[in-house]
Amino acid sequence: MATWRKLGRIFKPQDHAGRPWMQAFAQAPSAIVMEDRVRVYFCCRPSPDAAGNYVSYAAYVDFDPQDLTKVVGLAENPIMPLGGVGTFDEFGTYPVSVIRVDDVTHAYFGGWTRCESVPFDVAIGKAISRDNGVTFAKIGSGPVLGRSLHEPFIISGPKIRRYHNEWYLWYIAGRKWISRIGRMEPVYKIRMARSSDGVTWRREDRDLIPNVLDDDEAQASPDVFFKDGHWHMFFCYRYSVDYRGKEKGYRIGYAKSADALNWVRCDENAGIGVSAEGWDSEMVSYPHVFELNGGIYMLYLGNHVGREGFGLAVLEGSL
Amino acid sequence: MRWRKRGKVFDTARDHPAGPLLYAQSPQALVMEDRVRVYYSTRTLDAGTGKYVSHVAFVEYDRSFSRILSHNSRPILSRGVVGAYDEHGIFPFHVFRDQDLLYGYISGWSRRKSVSIETAIGLSLSKDGGETFVRLGDGPVLASSPKEPFLVGDPFVLSTGEAFHMWYIFGVAWHQRAGQAAPERIYKIGHAVSRDLKYWTKPTEGVPIISDRLGETEAQALPTVIFRNGIFHMVFCYRAAFDFRANPENGYRLGYATSSDGLNWTREDGSLGMERPAFGWDSAMMCYPHLFNLNGQVHLLYNGNEFGKTGFGLAVLE
Repeated sequence: MATWRKLGRIFKPQDHAGRPWMQAFAQAPSAIVMEDRVRVYFCCRPSPDAAGNYVSYAAYVDFDPQDLTKVVGLAENPIMPLGGVGTFDEFGTYPVSVIRVDDVTHAYFGGWTRCESVPFDVAIGKAISRDNGVTFAKIGSGPVLGRSLHEPFIISGPKIRRYHNEWYLWYIAGRKWISRIGRMEPVYKIRMARSSDGVTWRREDRDLIPNVLDDDEAQASPDVFFKDGHWHMFFCYRYSVDYRGKEKGYRIGYAKSADALNWVRCDENAGIGVSAEGWDSEMVSYPHVFELNGGIYMLYLGNHVGREGFGLAVLEGSL
Repeated sequence: MRWRKRGKVFDTARDHPAGPLLYAQSPQALVMEDRVRVYYSTRTLDAGTGKYVSHVAFVEYDRSFSRILSHNSRPILSRGVVGAYDEHGIFPFHVFRDQDLLYGYISGWSRRKSVSIETAIGLSLSKDGGETFVRLGDGPVLASSPKEPFLVGDPFVLSTGEAFHMWYIFGVAWHQRAGQAAPERIYKIGHAVSRDLKYWTKPTEGVPIISDRLGETEAQALPTVIFRNGIFHMVFCYRAAFDFRANPENGYRLGYATSSDGLNWTREDGSLGMERPAFGWDSAMMCYPHLFNLNGQVHLLYNGNEFGKTGFGLAVLE
């Protein structure tokens, strides 16, 4: 059974001045292991506008592969601009998931637009980098995975993987909007699509992970890791209303699969929870698992969904 | 081509028993054994926002269009769910018969903050001969994609036996001009194919299939296609990018193109023979055409001035 030993918060955006586009938040970490560094992509925000609305940019921070708590580099600029007027990503690029295939780095990201009856909608876009992941160019100004017949809105939370020349995209799709006094809250579920070219997708068109809280459980960050003949998914989940505190806030869940399609949920094997005190004492969320030098690591967010950065844990025992 | 214009066959002020309607837009025909049903979009004011919401209605005529037989007595389609592509209106609504099944393609509208709206195309099915339709899902079957970033709408479906074809429009730009309150949209005509009417691919994604006559900022809308004498014929409407609402020089008029394979089109607006007249209900604008066969003749439904505010008209090809 997995147990994660927490190594503490390893990146706090407030510690790095001079980047007005990174005033706060370092959300949805996604790692690429490079020869001399581990590059972790994340999403951050400048100060909100006069109306209190945020936009979100994707960037990266580099860590020493011998000591993952040591920052050795930080993006000078966001890795890509926001979209133009009327496009799906005009108001944000969050979250981002990055994978390297030969010399090209591929980023899949949630693009944010603002709506009238509900606050926002999200669709998944794609961008590629040919300069080692420093800058990315979008393959088009529209999304590669947007709304469809059975996924009407909020197509977000991409996690891109590639196995045996096939592209796998785990993501979330909105199910409904719940109206709470003065606020609209979305319910979303974990889904999956496959592709032979990384652009055109065949959707599985069903929820992969059963609920444990209630029908309106919100599920996010379906991070899949293949190890020892099994597919392991770490994700996060919460209640759909009143979730901004400890009681109903995000926790990390776990599911296991023999074929990447059919999953058995067993959160008790996630092996990580909230701490008694400190930066992750109220919630843990947005897990991302990667392997380095024979060890297995998890990046994750703590309180306020990453407002003050992300932390690291190392696996003890086996998955 | 020579058309016999039958004039305005539906007048929003006069022809509905519930009283004057706000608009009757994009008339589209379903030819039945003993009648012709024409679906159109009309509007109501959306409580709280002061904005319009379009919904679908129909009117039925005898097969010579000499009199109105009846109107829909019930809502044809429920309103789209909160947050969905069609929450704020359906316009146009395109009915397509595939053997025993009657489908309704929804051009759905939802409001945005930085621009006024976004659109996508959804699908519904009728089990009562077209009196009412039920969505096959809350989301769309054709929407934005990498090279067609927004404003996918105006579906028209045709079967060639081997495949289903859809002609539709996609947005290419939201243009903001100095001194103008809000961005204006430019869209072009595109083409998608399907084997099952639900899953569509865009073989020429992002490529306008009809050439521009007014330059690259020309907006093209509502393609309608008919196959006749071995040739595909398309009628559509087009306008300038700006100042098109009140100025007839920039307003909608009808365009025309032909194709031998349904893929490569030659624009021949001059051959259509449907110019705006000097006076009357369609003198300033002609838009939202719909072609169909009836009694062995090609018929054309369309809107006139003010985007169909006062109703729609009919012309018959001679």
